Amino acid sequence: MNVVVCVKQIPDPADPGALDPETKTLVRSGKLILDESDSYGVEMALQLVDAAGGGEVTLVSMAPNDEQSGLRTALAMGAAKAVLVSDEALRGSDALTTAKVLAAAIGRTGQPDLVLTATESSDGYTGTVPEQIAELLSLPSVTFAKSIAVDGGTASVQRQTEAGYDDVQVPLPAVVSVTAGVVEPRYPSFKGIMAAKSKPLDQVTVADLGMDAGQVGWSGAGQEIVDVSEAEAREAGTIVEDDGEGHQKVVEFLAELKVI
Amino acid sequence: MVEFTEEHEIFRTMVRDLVVEQIDPHADEWEERGEFPAHDLFRRFGELGLLGLEYDPADGGGGADHVFTMILGEEVGRCASMGVAMALAVQTDMATPSLARFGSPELRERYLRPAIAGEMVTSIAVSEPDAGSDVAGISTRAVRDGDEWVINGAKMWITNGAQADWLCLLARTSDEGGYRGMSQIVVPTDAAGFSVSRKLDKLGMRASDTAELSFVDVRVPVANTIGEIGSGFQQQMAQFQNERMIAGYQLVGAVERALERTVQYVRNRRAFGGVLADNQVIQYELADIAAELDMLRHHHWATVAAVRAGQDITRQATVSKLKAARLARRMADAAVQFHGGMGYVEELWPARFFRDSRLWSIGGGADEVMLRTLARSIGVA
Ligand SMILES: Cc1cc2nc3c(=O)[nH]c(=O)nc-3n(C[C@H](O)[C@H](O)[C@H](O)COP(=O)(O)OP(=O)(O)OC[C@H]3O[C@@H](n4cnc5c(N)ncnc54)[C@H](O)[C@@H]3O)c2cc1C
Ligand SMILES: Cc1cc2nc3c(=O)[nH]c(=O)nc-3n(C[C@H](O)[C@H](O)[C@H](O)COP(=O)(O)OP(=O)(O)OC[C@H]3O[C@@H](n4cnc5c(N)ncnc54)[C@H](O)[C@@H]3O)c2cc1C
Repeated sequence: MNVVVCVKQIPDPADPGALDPETKTLVRSGKLILDESDSYGVEMALQLVDAAGGGEVTLVSMAPNDEQSGLRTALAMGAAKAVLVSDEALRGSDALTTAKVLAAAIGRTGQPDLVLTATESSDGYTGTVPEQIAELLSLPSVTFAKSIAVDGGTASVQRQTEAGYDDVQVPLPAVVSVTAGVVEPRYPSFKGIMAAKSKPLDQVTVADLGMDAGQVGWSGAGQEIVDVSEAEAREAGTIVEDDGEGHQKVVEFLAELKVI
Repeated sequence: MVEFTEEHEIFRTMVRDLVVEQIDPHADEWEERGEFPAHDLFRRFGELGLLGLEYDPADGGGGADHVFTMILGEEVGRCASMGVAMALAVQTDMATPSLARFGSPELRERYLRPAIAGEMVTSIAVSEPDAGSDVAGISTRAVRDGDEWVINGAKMWITNGAQADWLCLLARTSDEGGYRGMSQIVVPTDAAGFSVSRKLDKLGMRASDTAELSFVDVRVPVANTIGEIGSGFQQQMAQFQNERMIAGYQLVGAVERALERTVQYVRNRRAFGGVLADNQVIQYELADIAAELDMLRHHHWATVAAVRAGQDITRQATVSKLKAARLARRMADAAVQFHGGMGYVEELWPARFFRDSRLWSIGGGADEVMLRTLARSIGVA
């Protein structure tokens, strides 16, 4: 069983940097790391390949510079190889372009049985790329997976819903987006980290994917960020002085909110 | 200079995550209990290859560069319980280096491999009730009877002592006296006649179990001797170098974390119409500690280079142990002082840090023992 996992390399959320005032997009010049949201997909893919008793996990990523460390982290967890699309021309790409590039890159990896993504990235979080990839590859799409079990040519997926989960079945190959937190991503071991160094990482350009530079980046973007505004500051809370009756005020407040 | 590669960075991030997720959330409970589950935690560390980084892959080790040991030390040193960090250091760099260096293949297979895998917990048993700093004064004896040693005596303040599966024991194996005629012997703790006399109640490092151990006619095979019979003192002196280095590495992480947290606190705590950090007296003390930390870190990079070059690092390890321990005490004092009342109560971290950090000017060789070595190396003693 061969699984492709789309993994995004993002600015470290602990040190997120700033928005470019000109383009209103996130400045991605610094060091990028593996998006934690994608570590769940990597873990799930490794478990599925293990359960199938064979096959391998391939990573696919698009990054603005030739950043690899996020990919190396996922390779250290146990993925076999990676494709990195890196090209100056990609600067300014929107979500649909990202999906087109990723779909083309997935095509380079052969015939995967399953493509996994996170439900949304931690930095862009449009939550639209997975479905777009599925459409572009003419594959069925299942979203918000909390577990996946594969039996022959079919995957049984538990799809998280507000009330619980739906059991769905989907023929393979398919694109499935994985909800954050549903599995415990393994730590890369020392051996894994050293082995990752020599695993194949295929770095390609837009031209290598048979795409035209004009189709991607700023020129290819069908959307433009016209304005960015500050999130509303949180209002100051109400302080209840406890003169022995404080609990009454708290009860009244909660009743007002209709939570009790 | 040490060049940090992508592997080093990924490794550092992994260990940091591991500490934050697998140690820190349990630290309070383990402190209270006076013991942490060494077998569980060590198995996790073992599975990730963290307990035998530099050891021979043939023994289950990683064959790693010494930089990884430094990074592991720094990151584990950041954890919320210095006692757990110390216990890990005993396993990786205090009880096992001699066995890895001088042990026979059979002995390594039987005791080193499971220690590296985290399946066996180990202790280093040198200090005795009547001899700590003066290692040449120990009196625990191993007398040969055919193919066996018969061991009698007591060991004191032994880290992991209540949970260990085997000890790296230093004992007298002849009547020569002084530093002559000692041997290092692997003693499995299920041997008849071995017992834990008592668990010691300590000022700090409370998540780490420390024990007094008793040996009454304990029989172990002579084949359990590590290296040459009679070379125990010299081998232990070499093993002490690893002990001192790892202590220094851990304290870099510990001081770094304490400094970060203290800076954060004084920038938020309001007083006199501003915040505590507005006072230069506070700024400058923390800045001075940061400067010392920089120097210690750079000293460690030089140490790493010397280890790589296969040089004798006695002096570097001794300087590191001395200066790191003193810096940790200074940091602990500043943390308590600048947290005020919150520094003195158990609700915040400085109180524990204050108690824990005090150990390192005593354990692993007291400051004065480091100075004694250094005094000799500069020709004044
Ligand atoms: C106007 C505009 C300008 C942009 N400029 C740049 C730029 O200069 N440089 C740049 O790199 N990007 C740029 N982007 C791309 C953007 O940051 C996102 O990568 C893209 O829009 C995907 O959206 P998302 O992160 O919200 O994906 P989501 O749909 O939230 O992501 C869901 C999942 O899809 C997968 N996925 C998404 N993106 C990637 C990826 N890149 N690689 C691998 N897997 C992925 C992951 O599994 C992810 O968790 C720009 C986007 C816009 C709209
Ligand atoms: C928490 C903890 C864990 C420990 N873990 C271990 C372990 O795992 N294995 C092990 O073998 N031991 C262990 N020890 C023991 C430790 O190594 C000794 O306590 C230490 O070496 C000091 O020896 P001592 O206690 O006998 O002090 P002493 O030798 O009695 O010295 C007392 C003090 O005298 C001063 N002093 C000593 N020598 C000189 C000198 N030459 N000049 C001037 N001043 C001097 C120092 O200030 C010293 O602190 C541990 C101790 C503690 C507290």
